[in-house]
Amino acid sequence: MAIPVRKFDAVIVGAGGAGLRAALQLSEAGLKTAVLSKVFPTRSHTVAAQGGVSASLGNSEPDHWHWHMYDTVKGSDWLGDQDAIEFMCREAPNVVVELEHFGMPFDRNADGSIYQRPFGGHMSNFGEKPVRRACAAADRTGHAMLHALYQRNVRANTQFFVEWMALDLVRDAEGNVQGVVAMEMETSEIYVFQAKATLFATGGAGRIFASSTNAFINTGDGLGMAARAGIPLEDMEFWQFHPTGVAGAGVLITEGVRGEGGILRNAQGERFMERYAPNAKDLASRDVVSRAMVTEINEGRGCGPNKDHVLLDITHLDPEVIMSKLPGIREISIKFAGVDPIKAPIPVVPTCHYQMGGIPTNYKGEVVVDGNTVQGFYAAGEVACASVHGANRLGTNSLLDLLVFGKSSGNSMIDYIKAAPKDLPELHTADVERSVARVERLNTQKNGSNVHEARSAMQRTMQAHCGVFRFKDMLAQGVEKILEVEKLVKTTEIADKSKTFNTARIEALELENLIEVAKATMISANARTESRGAHVRDDAADTPENPNGRDDQNWLKHTLWHRDGNRLDYKPVNLKPLTVETIALKTRSY
Amino acid sequence: MDDIHLKRLVWRSRRGLLELDLQLERFVAEVLPTLSDADLAEYEAVLLLPDNDFLDYLNGKADCPDAQLKPMLERIRAAQH
Repeated sequence: MAIPVRKFDAVIVGAGGAGLRAALQLSEAGLKTAVLSKVFPTRSHTVAAQGGVSASLGNSEPDHWHWHMYDTVKGSDWLGDQDAIEFMCREAPNVVVELEHFGMPFDRNADGSIYQRPFGGHMSNFGEKPVRRACAAADRTGHAMLHALYQRNVRANTQFFVEWMALDLVRDAEGNVQGVVAMEMETSEIYVFQAKATLFATGGAGRIFASSTNAFINTGDGLGMAARAGIPLEDMEFWQFHPTGVAGAGVLITEGVRGEGGILRNAQGERFMERYAPNAKDLASRDVVSRAMVTEINEGRGCGPNKDHVLLDITHLDPEVIMSKLPGIREISIKFAGVDPIKAPIPVVPTCHYQMGGIPTNYKGEVVVDGNTVQGFYAAGEVACASVHGANRLGTNSLLDLLVFGKSSGNSMIDYIKAAPKDLPELHTADVERSVARVERLNTQKNGSNVHEARSAMQRTMQAHCGVFRFKDMLAQGVEKILEVEKLVKTTEIADKSKTFNTARIEALELENLIEVAKATMISANARTESRGAHVRDDAADTPENPNGRDDQNWLKHTLWHRDGNRLDYKPVNLKPLTVETIALKTRSY
Repeated sequence: MDDIHLKRLVWRSRRGLLELDLQLERFVAEVLPTLSDADLAEYEAVLLLPDNDFLDYLNGKADCPDAQLKPMLERIRAAQH
């Protein structure tokens, strides 16, 4: 087997915020750094982040990193590791000011300082009152961040490999990471990228669900590669959902629509929120609305041929009001649901937005398995689980996560590379051969399953059995079903076997990554019998001992899913910060 | 335009924003195979737009300053209905 090998000091997979931030650190240190990306860097999914990036700069009013830390721990429902959270919140002002110096066009105050706006969950003085902590560049914060970081990387001579897909991690006999196997899309040629240090910054895997706000590229490639290489995935049961996305598309309908008088209806046309929240009705909190929607669907009162969504009705509103106050929503509905909301209700469903779990790392970005770092392997951003988001993410902490842990993993890699022997070790080829065989299987599969059908079966299973609100029996059935879907994924067949930009082959390979995430999510969620943060179960009752169904006695611990045998084990939450006192457990309420 | 070029355009229709993925998915499936070489060159130019601008132009939230791109943006928009 003659697979060409390209050699670098560092190889980074993924060119979103975390990958670019890490690459910059490495390239500016003079190290030979390769960044692989399926798409052009500034078209990474980071571009979709609008809200901002949080940092306790205190430009408008007093703020402190310790208060930010408190909000993050509380947001995480105490599942976040407090050392990593302290590190992130303390570093936040530094990385934001650095980004400003890189040319990020932040909104500004009259005095030239970075303008900061309020955001849900950002409070001063340990939860006392709202504080302005979010820094933004209009509604294009992620976009501006990618551009600033990309330009800076070009200047620093980072080597970009655009339209390349990483296929598998390469580990030696001791488990040390030696790089990745990757495919050039234009030719389908396979190469090894060998490096002293390898970083995964591949983003999330929201496409495991039927309804997701994630772009099509978010297929959890890093998670799939890590799982196949024997790295466990942490806390994969925790996913953030939004109550109302357009069914079948995933584009969000703002909650302001219910504020303007929008009513949720089931298949019988019933205004079902009256039963779940007699006073607030359709204006009940996000959690209550999501739970009610899922319960209606689960009990057979969903709409459409598959009874898999409900309807958001604004037909009773004056068309003038819809045109003037909700023009964007009308456009979205017409475009993505094929429905003019002036005339007919909009099909909606709870929609996945963000993945809290991922590859287990410490706050230095080093991948940690069984208490030991995996030599030469790092992860940062949505693919990683440091864990700063725990069971639920505080708004604007996602962009912060990219900057802080992109930088810290870059620094850790620099130290590791400088201490490593000058010459790369001999390449261990077992993983390379397995990877090549995986692609070859696709080229030779006969009488196989259809990629689109298998993916759709996975997405429908995840949405119905493991969505925003979860039921014991549905989860148990979901485990069986997703293992059945996995059999389809193992036998996918592609009609087009051509070499150049073969999107069918790429989608089949992406599906092999998605299914690993789907299994991890379903199996981890089935096992966690409490409710915590974004993992909410019907059978985890709200009792005085376990408020909101959270069971600290038994479940204050991180899940670790191992691909081999779908085995689960657990590790304790790190409740000890680096320099301050533990933020003590209490009931999470807002 | 050769097959490689066409397939590259199909892949480059994968974007960072879901709203673009969805709109281009329909366009790629229904319209792209019918385009002339000149049209494909225009589509290639449109794909170079930054995602946020591209979406704003498709949604009519902003006017594309490059008049040469407007006809193709209009065709992508028309494919949604």
